[in-house]
Amino acid sequence: MRTTDSMTNILAIMKREFFGYFGSAVAYVFIVIFLMLLGFFTFYISNFFEMGQADLQGFFQWHPWIFMFLIPAVAMRLWAEERRMGTIELILTFPVTVWEAILGKFLAAWAFIGIALVLTFPMVITAAYLGNPDLGATFCSYVGSLLMAGAFLSVGIMTSSLTRSQVVSFIIAIVICLFFILAGFPPVIRALSGWAPAWLVDLVSSLSFLTHFMSIQRGVLDLRDVFYYASVIFFMLFINSVVIQNRRTA
Amino acid sequence: MIEVKSLAKRFGTKTAVDDVSFKVEKGEILGFLGPNAAGKSTTMRMITGFIPPTSGAAVIGGHDILTESIPARRKIGYLPENAPVYPDMSVFDYLAFCAEIRGFGRADRNRKVEETLEKCFLTEVKGQTINTLSKGFRQRVCFAQAIIHDPEYLILDEPTDGLDPNQKHEVRLMIREMSARKAIILSTHILDEMEAVCTRAIIIAKGRIVADDTPAALKTKSSLHGAVSLTLLGGSPESFISKVSAINGVASAKILETEGEAFKVRIFPDAPDAAILNNILSTLSDNDYRPGAIFVEQGRLDEVFRRITA
Repeated sequence: MRTTDSMTNILAIMKREFFGYFGSAVAYVFIVIFLMLLGFFTFYISNFFEMGQADLQGFFQWHPWIFMFLIPAVAMRLWAEERRMGTIELILTFPVTVWEAILGKFLAAWAFIGIALVLTFPMVITAAYLGNPDLGATFCSYVGSLLMAGAFLSVGIMTSSLTRSQVVSFIIAIVICLFFILAGFPPVIRALSGWAPAWLVDLVSSLSFLTHFMSIQRGVLDLRDVFYYASVIFFMLFINSVVIQNRRTA
Repeated sequence: MIEVKSLAKRFGTKTAVDDVSFKVEKGEILGFLGPNAAGKSTTMRMITGFIPPTSGAAVIGGHDILTESIPARRKIGYLPENAPVYPDMSVFDYLAFCAEIRGFGRADRNRKVEETLEKCFLTEVKGQTINTLSKGFRQRVCFAQAIIHDPEYLILDEPTDGLDPNQKHEVRLMIREMSARKAIILSTHILDEMEAVCTRAIIIAKGRIVADDTPAALKTKSSLHGAVSLTLLGGSPESFISKVSAINGVASAKILETEGEAFKVRIFPDAPDAAILNNILSTLSDNDYRPGAIFVEQGRLDEVFRRITA
């Protein structure tokens, strides 16, 4: 009984948030910019055509960097807007739990990003037309990208709950996301391994979105990587629930 | 029944609500009165489960709002202060969302929304986006949200705030109409409103309950209660004052204003229930005064309010 109620509540909130994106310009602006940036980086920076290789490495490698800026923008309104408008007082006095509200919002934004990701399919078609890309690895990369997007998103929704200001939420989210990327960024790892003990280097790099994304991109969907993203998401959503439950007023 | 037991809320060292207890039964409309920042909204937020109390409890129809939160919330309809609504949704979609959250299945939902739209005079704007609506309409949309599931308990934080007199009248009518089957708590700082709508009033100041009574009984606490005001069309004010002051049961009398020949006098009894009117009337006829108007004061709520909350 309780679980079906929960599902209905999560679904109701999810629907409202999801169509909320399409009701405003946010959705279209996001999708257009996302696709344009990805195309630009893939074709002009990674030189997709000049590489002479029909693999999507040069396409997926940009995902973390683009997510870092765009996903906090998708997430920033989720709680900050409710707090600013005062509607948080309604949603938290409805017969829904804090977790149902958080999951509804999170899943809506995640589904939305998923759609943006699906719309990059012409990349795959292009590569398949030009050559013979490893479709299994491509599929894994998409799954990895979606998981990573979820992790970015969980950071964004958490920072959104901290403040009434979307701008503040956006900036804090970018800083945290940058940390999660840089911890596995090869130049940082190299600088670190110059003096730090190996276990520390491993620890830092294993905290990074980048390390796990690269490992999935190789075409192996390792359970450890999936578990990593799932635990980041859970941890961030947990902080989110603590913040929401302990806020003093709206 | 809503039962509030020694509810208290502290923000740091500041006590916003201090040991507030009361009960509201079905059929009652409880007016929650107090100056700004007296703790009205904080109390309502604790009753609806928006913020947890520092101590004490609120029990809604047998369910504690903290420990049995979901069943308790199901029974409540809540109109928060400033009537927050999602501005980028249409009125219909918004209410459909609220109905869905309140557990109405697809089949019942539209019917329920249409019904509520009609009840709140919103049918004409149902397709409009909420941010294109005026303040009065928004207030009604949020009100509609609160009653869409026909809750047993209604908690309304300043339900007529920002409405014009006609809209205020409509909202008050709606509230009164629903009151037979519901327990309603409404906060306001408009005293006329409380008098017009509420069956009982709680006055709260600095977080504490300072009065809990019917509006009529509260009025009797006014120093004006039982005083007789009269306008005389002629004669000497001074000699009249000395005559009425001699009447048995009269404590004092004073001239409020004079206008040409006419003057207005207020006569205070020495005890609120002393029947002085009869004696005054006979004094008037014995001395051939010509009264223009005469009435017995009921007492004034604003005076009572000021005295006990200041």
